[in-house]
Amino acid sequence: MTPEPATARRASGDGDTVQADASVLLELYRRMATIRRAEERLSQLFADGAVPGFLHLSIGQEAVPVGVCAALEPADTVASTHRGHGHALAKGMALEGFFAEIMGRASGVCAGRGGSIHVADMSIGMLGANGIVGGGLPLAAGSALAHQVKGRPNVAVAFFGDGAMAEGALHECLNLARLWKLPLVFVCENNGWGEFSPLERQFAAKLAALGAAFAIPYEEVDGIDVEAVAAAAQRRIEPARRGEGPQILECFTQRWRGHYEGDPQKYRDPSNLDAARGQDALAVAAGRLAAQGIGAARLARLERSIAEHIETAVTAARAAAEPDFETALAGVYAGGRAHG
Amino acid sequence: MAETRYSAAINRALADAMAADASVVLFGEDVAAPGGPFAVTRGLLAKFGPQRVRDTPIAEAAIAGAAVGAALSGLRPVVEIMFMDFMTFTMDALVNQAAKAHFMFGGQCSVPMVVRTPHGGGLNAGPQHSQCLEAWFAHVPGLKVVVPGTPADAYGLLRAAIDDPNPVVFVEHKGLYGTKGELPEPPAPVAIGAARIARAGRDASIVTYGAAVAWSLRAADALAKEGIETEVVDLRSIQPWDEAAVLESVGRTRRLAVVHEAVSAFGVGAEIAACISAKAFGRLAAPVARVGAAFMPVPFAPSLERACLPGETGIAAAVRRLMAHA
Repeated sequence: MTPEPATARRASGDGDTVQADASVLLELYRRMATIRRAEERLSQLFADGAVPGFLHLSIGQEAVPVGVCAALEPADTVASTHRGHGHALAKGMALEGFFAEIMGRASGVCAGRGGSIHVADMSIGMLGANGIVGGGLPLAAGSALAHQVKGRPNVAVAFFGDGAMAEGALHECLNLARLWKLPLVFVCENNGWGEFSPLERQFAAKLAALGAAFAIPYEEVDGIDVEAVAAAAQRRIEPARRGEGPQILECFTQRWRGHYEGDPQKYRDPSNLDAARGQDALAVAAGRLAAQGIGAARLARLERSIAEHIETAVTAARAAAEPDFETALAGVYAGGRAHG
Repeated sequence: MAETRYSAAINRALADAMAADASVVLFGEDVAAPGGPFAVTRGLLAKFGPQRVRDTPIAEAAIAGAAVGAALSGLRPVVEIMFMDFMTFTMDALVNQAAKAHFMFGGQCSVPMVVRTPHGGGLNAGPQHSQCLEAWFAHVPGLKVVVPGTPADAYGLLRAAIDDPNPVVFVEHKGLYGTKGELPEPPAPVAIGAARIARAGRDASIVTYGAAVAWSLRAADALAKEGIETEVVDLRSIQPWDEAAVLESVGRTRRLAVVHEAVSAFGVGAEIAACISAKAFGRLAAPVARVGAAFMPVPFAPSLERACLPGETGIAAAVRRLMAHA
């Protein structure tokens, strides 16, 4: 997906949702739909045995990465989570390298060595999905430090889930970021579930209170509303970019799927799941587009184009070579290898 | 050549690296204004300013993790972890993030960072301030581990570590900071992975690193008085380690003792012993010996700590046992 931040970005509003014009919203819709359909396709491929390993899908959460990344510059950096497909695609990862990676091919964006949980693309400032809950937070802090030391006009975004709120890494990074006034935006995707347990059994505080404790500006937003997320992200990113220090954005969103594909979610009440699926970022955006004269036929055309692009990527990945072991072995160290 | 303290050699390497490359930054607990808990970083804040030389909170996971993120985004961070014992808090950053990023992202990036940390006992610092944990890091694909035993190597290996595109754990020794040695003028980088013959000998080889180099040299002096000429090979780097140099030495002496301050079990000595036994079995006149600390937490009481840590007496005894084999 190629982001077009210049067209998608909105000037800061006075508070509430910035009214995006239809073309901007349509582009946000396209990005969200691309993530949704790519993950639905991955789910099928996983069921068919064409995707090995673990697969953590972000279906239901698309508005957060799309809204936040719409407010970023290409040279801004993001660190992601185990549920990182949306962040990768929203930051601009190409579908070809994305599918090839998750299907374990040499043509994958990480040469087939990382898979779903490690999709990364340094050329677009995407510092990697991360297999460790909370693992991306210090990386984003360090990236923000690099922006600051180098005098670059960039910010780093740390995406993290509510499941990371109990991790020490978050608390250490909030403190460090505030002490050093790092250009770092903490973006919490609060879907209410940390792996197999609800947030209220995992975290005794509130992120807002943590922000207050560290004197870090905090804002919360409806993570189902992509326009609201984009506007709120803009309001958090710009002060960080101006050198005013770290910011927190908490996006309340929904996890439609299990912790991983194949998770039967027996720990989850069916009504909770139904409620989650009743909140659909695509439906919200489609409703607004219809009101602005962009109807179902136009969205159907868009969907067809997305589906074609995805099928092209999947077909190419299926045809691609598997990674070469000796090449991988030679790639343990930069500039050659040490003894094993 | 000039007599230089080990700590001063490290300070000079940091200063020279920072002067040579504006991407080199330094951060850690008390490294800036206080000048470092062992005064290793004294003066660097004044020289390079608060953007590049920073005191951190006591938060080792954030220090190491931020170093990884900074290295991914264009800096060459050198961070200090005050005691190697505190490296436990850095494990995610080093083991899961730094060590793997180059590999698992398909070679898109490298992680040019250095973690400086002092190991070792002898200061009666007790079980949580005396450990030698370098084998943990040598076990992880993607990390490099160097352990300089002299001021010249401290300077040279640190320059090489900072220039290296890979994450390097740079292990210093608290007991060596005040020791002096010759530093060439101008001082030069030392290649990571190249051992050094610290003393030549024909009868037995000691392979060692860090503070144990000096102990081994003293043991070799004692053995020489008995007519046993011991070669002392200073590995300097344990990941990678200079297998060719060790094989060459053992090929001549036919006897090998691996000596380190860390406990022997599952350690660097075990790795070297296994490798040399496999590759030079036919040339060995005796089984490879290992000398290390007793398998116990490093105790506090001076009498207990002395008994726990290896020293020249135990090293010399191990070599004598090797010589008992024809």
